[in-house]
Amino acid sequence: MGTHNHHHDYNFSEQYTFAGTAKVVSLVAVVLGVATIAYGLSTGDTTRTFANLLLMGYYFACVCAAGAFFIALQMVTQSGWSVGMLRIPQAMASVLPIAAIVLFVIAAAGLNTHTLYHHWADPELLDTNSPKYDPIIAGKSAFLNVPAFLIRQILFMGSYSIFAFIIAKLSYKEDLEGGLNSYKRSFKLSAIFLVIFGFTTPIWSFDTIMSLEAHWFSTMFGWYNFAAMWVSGIAAIVVILVLLKKAGYMAWVNENHLHDLGKLMFGFSIFWTYVWFAQFMLIWYSNIPEETVYFYKRWEPEYKPWFWLSIVINFLAPLLILVDRDAKRKQNIMLFVAILLLCGHWLDYYIMVMPGTVEADRHFGLIEIGTAIGFAGLFTFLVMNKISKHALVPKHHPFLDESLNHQI
Amino acid sequence: MSNTKYIIGSFADPDDLMHGIEKLQANNISIYDCYTPMPIHGIEAKLGVRPSRLPIAAFCFGALGATLGFSLLYYTMAYDWPMNIGGKPSLPLPNFVPVTFECTILLCALGMVATFFFRNHLFPGRAPRVMDLRATDDRFILAVDARENTDHALVDRLLKEAGAVEVKYNERKYVSYE
Repeated sequence: MGTHNHHHDYNFSEQYTFAGTAKVVSLVAVVLGVATIAYGLSTGDTTRTFANLLLMGYYFACVCAAGAFFIALQMVTQSGWSVGMLRIPQAMASVLPIAAIVLFVIAAAGLNTHTLYHHWADPELLDTNSPKYDPIIAGKSAFLNVPAFLIRQILFMGSYSIFAFIIAKLSYKEDLEGGLNSYKRSFKLSAIFLVIFGFTTPIWSFDTIMSLEAHWFSTMFGWYNFAAMWVSGIAAIVVILVLLKKAGYMAWVNENHLHDLGKLMFGFSIFWTYVWFAQFMLIWYSNIPEETVYFYKRWEPEYKPWFWLSIVINFLAPLLILVDRDAKRKQNIMLFVAILLLCGHWLDYYIMVMPGTVEADRHFGLIEIGTAIGFAGLFTFLVMNKISKHALVPKHHPFLDESLNHQI
Repeated sequence: MSNTKYIIGSFADPDDLMHGIEKLQANNISIYDCYTPMPIHGIEAKLGVRPSRLPIAAFCFGALGATLGFSLLYYTMAYDWPMNIGGKPSLPLPNFVPVTFECTILLCALGMVATFFFRNHLFPGRAPRVMDLRATDDRFILAVDARENTDHALVDRLLKEAGAVEVKYNERKYVSYE
């Protein structure tokens, strides 16, 4: 039925050329980042530098993992609307193996230099004869010990990376071969991936972030981290999409597709708030010291303004700006909110990471900004480089036509 | 002058209906409304239908729900009989969030349904009125106000050219399921 089938002549072999300003700026950002890290380590700010490296390494891996989650979700739900922009999350998913290695190296080096995870990764804490003996940490040591931690990191991020890489690869193969074989295989792989991802991401965030303050625990923490990952992943897709469209690419993606991404960004910002608040309110209300310690630290004067700022940026801003239908259909508003949310979730991770690493010795300065810029540059360089390697649309995807005629 | 109130073009295919809309619009014939058994993408834009005002009603009902929910909590928990629960203040705002939120959602949802029913003259026990019975089955209906558009022969010709399988001259606006 072709009621709305306006005849379009799109060039589906269109490819992005990664050159000029975009390439130079991203490479300069990487150099800046490396220089900042070298500066931080050489001036003796080791713990602070490692805390920032962990923050950005985790953020980087999370955004790429959200790309993999996005394509798997579209595949399993047999969604048609997103086909025209699928190459963006696919590129993010293809970069996940590199992000995983980066995060693993940071975590391992942090353990090795005793700058990260010092709340549990110290053999003296388990030694009953030592004055530092900590019965709580000793009780958790069957799960929380260095070899098990590293093995879990390898297993989790390794499996995400393999699935992400194969699913993206199958789509690139589909471009050359056509047919439904790639689609059917990636459908099955996506379903398996989602099950693995769903069950292991909470544990992955328990390990990577929550164990920074190993005495404290929250069963909501995994979902809280998942919400942050998913919102920032969608925001990254929006930024890349809008910038590509502004550069004249992807004419087949229009305000209807942007509207859907806007709804996801809006909805999952509220979901983030929901999970954040569920964790906060139960701890605030029950008022048990071993639980409130987490928020107690974050309500010390050095963290409190950041704590509230995070709620304003990650909840109030998207709520008020994106609630209007027309706002979700405008490129510039969406770009603004997406960048705001990317900054907001940096702040969210900052509040998660810092009190357990640098403790009260909190800073916001060159090292924070430089490391963030470095990783943003690395992400941009790797993802845009990947996007430039293939056509900007999976032209043999069975639901491509649905995406072209998408209207809401 | 005939007694015809509405000219009804009955199409078997949504593409033909869209074609019919274009043809009538090209000839400056105003379209009263279209009735289709399923949603058709792009038809609102083509007919120039204004966006629904239901979200405004939703906001008002939501704001009412939030106010009522919060007032109930405030009256019972903080004003009428303040109690010390777990050492918390008698006005513990974080605890009020879930209840206030749920009241907002409840009144918003019920209010939207009520508004929708009211606006569309739908409520239990009332037989719905439609302009053509098959509009809820297998026909795509295009209605033209016969008093505003006096050249009935032109309308008839245009509708048939666009692929209407049937053109009716209705002397009453609605037929009923009664």
